[in-house]
Amino acid sequence: MTTIATTAGGGRRTLLGNWGFLVGAGIVGFCAIVALLAPWIVPYDPFAIDLERRLVPPSFMEGGDPRNFLGTDQLGRDYFSRLIYGARISMVIGVLTVITSGVIGITLGVLGGFYGGKIDDAVVFAITTRLSIPAVLVALAVAALRGSSFMLVVLVLGLLLWDRFAVVARSTTMQIRNLDYVAAAWCAGVSRWWVLTREVLPNIATHLAVVATLEMALAILLEAALSFLGLGVPAPLPSWGLMISEAKEYMFFTPWVIIIPGAALFVLVLGVNLLGDALRDMMGTDLSR
Amino acid sequence: MLRFFLRRFAVAVLVALTVLTLAFLLTRISGDLAISIAGPNATQQDIETIREAYGLNRPLHVQYLDWLGRAVQGDFGESYFFRDRVANLIAARMPVTLTLGLVGLAIALVVSLPLGILAAVREGTWVDRAVTMVALVGQAMPSFWLGLVLMVVFGLQLAWLPISGTGSWEHFVMPGVVLAFSAIPSLTRLTRSGMIEALASDYIRTARAKGLSRLSILVKHGFRNAAIPVVSIAAVQLGFMLGGSIVIETVFALHGVGYLAWESISKNDFPVVQAVVLVLALLYIALTLLADLLNAVLDPRLRTS
Amino acid sequence: MSALLEIEGLRVTIGSTAAVRGASLTVNKGETHCLVGESGCGKSITALSVMGLLPKGSRRETTALRFAGQEIGRFGERDMSRLRGDRMAMIFQEPMTSLNPAYTVGSQMTEVLRRHRGTPRAQAVDRAAELLARVGITAPGLRLGQFPHQLSGGLRQRVMIAMALMCDPELLIADEPTTALDVTVQAQILRLLAGLQKDLGLGILLITHDLGIVARVADRVSVMYAGEVVESAPTAALFTAPDHPYTRGLLSCVPVPGKVKRDEPLGSIPGVVPRIQPGFAGCGFRDRCAMATPACAGTIPRRDAGGGHEVLCVLEPRWGGAAAA
Repeated sequence: MTTIATTAGGGRRTLLGNWGFLVGAGIVGFCAIVALLAPWIVPYDPFAIDLERRLVPPSFMEGGDPRNFLGTDQLGRDYFSRLIYGARISMVIGVLTVITSGVIGITLGVLGGFYGGKIDDAVVFAITTRLSIPAVLVALAVAALRGSSFMLVVLVLGLLLWDRFAVVARSTTMQIRNLDYVAAAWCAGVSRWWVLTREVLPNIATHLAVVATLEMALAILLEAALSFLGLGVPAPLPSWGLMISEAKEYMFFTPWVIIIPGAALFVLVLGVNLLGDALRDMMGTDLSR
Repeated sequence: MLRFFLRRFAVAVLVALTVLTLAFLLTRISGDLAISIAGPNATQQDIETIREAYGLNRPLHVQYLDWLGRAVQGDFGESYFFRDRVANLIAARMPVTLTLGLVGLAIALVVSLPLGILAAVREGTWVDRAVTMVALVGQAMPSFWLGLVLMVVFGLQLAWLPISGTGSWEHFVMPGVVLAFSAIPSLTRLTRSGMIEALASDYIRTARAKGLSRLSILVKHGFRNAAIPVVSIAAVQLGFMLGGSIVIETVFALHGVGYLAWESISKNDFPVVQAVVLVLALLYIALTLLADLLNAVLDPRLRTS
Repeated sequence: MSALLEIEGLRVTIGSTAAVRGASLTVNKGETHCLVGESGCGKSITALSVMGLLPKGSRRETTALRFAGQEIGRFGERDMSRLRGDRMAMIFQEPMTSLNPAYTVGSQMTEVLRRHRGTPRAQAVDRAAELLARVGITAPGLRLGQFPHQLSGGLRQRVMIAMALMCDPELLIADEPTTALDVTVQAQILRLLAGLQKDLGLGILLITHDLGIVARVADRVSVMYAGEVVESAPTAALFTAPDHPYTRGLLSCVPVPGKVKRDEPLGSIPGVVPRIQPGFAGCGFRDRCAMATPACAGTIPRRDAGGGHEVLCVLEPRWGGAAAA
């Protein structure tokens, strides 16, 4: 008897999906809880300056002080407390940006995909134009002109990051609109509004959920970058990007001052992306393009 | 085919005009430009002088048409700070940014193409999952932070590479790697999905039935088809990378266009900012056109129809 | 006539499905052997396992797999790739997608010869042009420079056949080569295959579900059902004296002019092809068979009906007297 076996393939993606989903949901859920409960769980006031005790290393490092788990920053503020409030800023910016850009992008995309023709041309044109604009640069310029604030960051990011929502909403709406059962509903004489709310929106919702996670990750990263460049969330708010920016003068002597907030940022964004990836795998939607 | 390109070109011109208008509006709707230029310590008299000097007291549409007329001729006015033509400033800094972009893209391609192919060939195994993880990690990496960490590790502790500045090729290594990180995830995923699709196709079965070598099956027949979308996305990614170079150039004090924009923003030098936004947008538009062209060159079905 | 391809006790499992369960068949040199059966009965999988082209996640076992007297069951990918395209070639059901859209016809044809024989490009191009003419393509020089999407389905299938012949193979496996084509083109392709077989002395394993095709081109027929070859016979013997209840059922479904009377319904086989799990024993047809007995769940004997006619059934050959069809 001769036996030749070819290696097994496929069927594993869902397993990774579930694994990724658990980790991703765990990270995001943890950050959400920390952000919500921040005022009750911080050991110190994150804004309280103590110039006597500056740049104290984390308690687990040499020279650390058990009173400050993650040490203190260049102004003697408790790093752990600032990190926790930073989660709050990242989460709120991420969620608000997704809502703003989602409303803009989904409206445009659904309009274009649903009505087609001239309206669709206009939507495609808007998307093309938006993509050609260098987002970070424009966001920085606006912040410089108007003076940066928390709400301005949300508004600018929301106005800049709607493109992927629009692209996905448009293409999925088109697919749904052309399905046989939707055509059947048309023929049965239902209204446009009915088709839109009963057939189109519920069916594209899953795709949009995936986009929402990706956009949230992007928004969190961009807010950090803007704050890092000094034109995002204004000081003394403990945005993780701003914490890295303020600490970077000291990074060659005490690298942990940039490692800690950067790692927190990385883990949160990774968690959001894992969640999005798992959602995409479970639904079998491919948005890679 | 020609019609398709004429149409694409017309749209590109229209997009460019829209961006021109937006770049103009960017500095006008955000408040009184004269006050912004004058700075916080200026007197009312100073502001009036500035308004007069830069023609900001004219009606908005006159200012717009004047600016538009000059901009389409490549005249973006004079920098408030550098006392030089904006076009000269940008031309002087452009080579640095373009070099950075191309280095970043090259690194990204060298990493993501083999990874994507490997993941596709070993689909469903731990190799595939590892590659997916690499893409996720790359996607989650804050570029400015990665830049700082690399500076500490390779610049200070190992002292292999210069920490910052513009000078030799070595100055482009770390910024290039950081920039590449932003393109690696999407290029890897695209290569992977394209290869999986190609490897499952009937023509791969034909290639195997012809007894071709494994390399020929994978590269000549598989990757050749998977590469079509990858190449055009790579061109578009280069556009995004150039647009995002402001963060990396600032971190590494690399004196390119992004750094110029950063300096100008902090000095309220708006003609420069405006022009950089415009130039980067035009570069992106040109690269998307190039992507379409490459697509047609690589895909015989498009080329000959 | 000597055996070109001998398959004995072929078993293929794909995932949790037993796709082929101990199939055996022999293709002789210069003979057209038709493998018939409903879709999903394991015909294509049998062909692919001969070529070593089974999909991922499948498992192949054979008692013997001999090609031109050589045991190839233990061949690895490397050895198989030397045989494929050179001494054994295959054409597929889907001419529209079986050619690589990125390369010209000429490039795809010549690479076979360059790979197996190291033939210089110019000579390989000549050979490709000659074969395109041989399969009835006019202006072969022009076609060599064209891309697959510029050709019709019929032309593409001719290119596939010409490409399969580049190295003068001894065995050509054709997996439903005409199913995707127009009826008129079907006839042309079949005539072409028959002509090639006569001229070049090819052994052809032709997979089809169309009994009309079988009657026209086959020297020998094997009928597959649920992963087993249930009956194998010279074409004339199979059509005049089918022995397996499944074969009889199959033949009764075919309208033959003069034999089927007006207003008389055509036969049909009740039920559907079962999906066989590993470990299944006995005859796969017993649930649909009018002659089924408890013995059908046991080991089924292979019976020799004489003249190279074999049946896998508990019934004696020539049961019930005359053939049903």
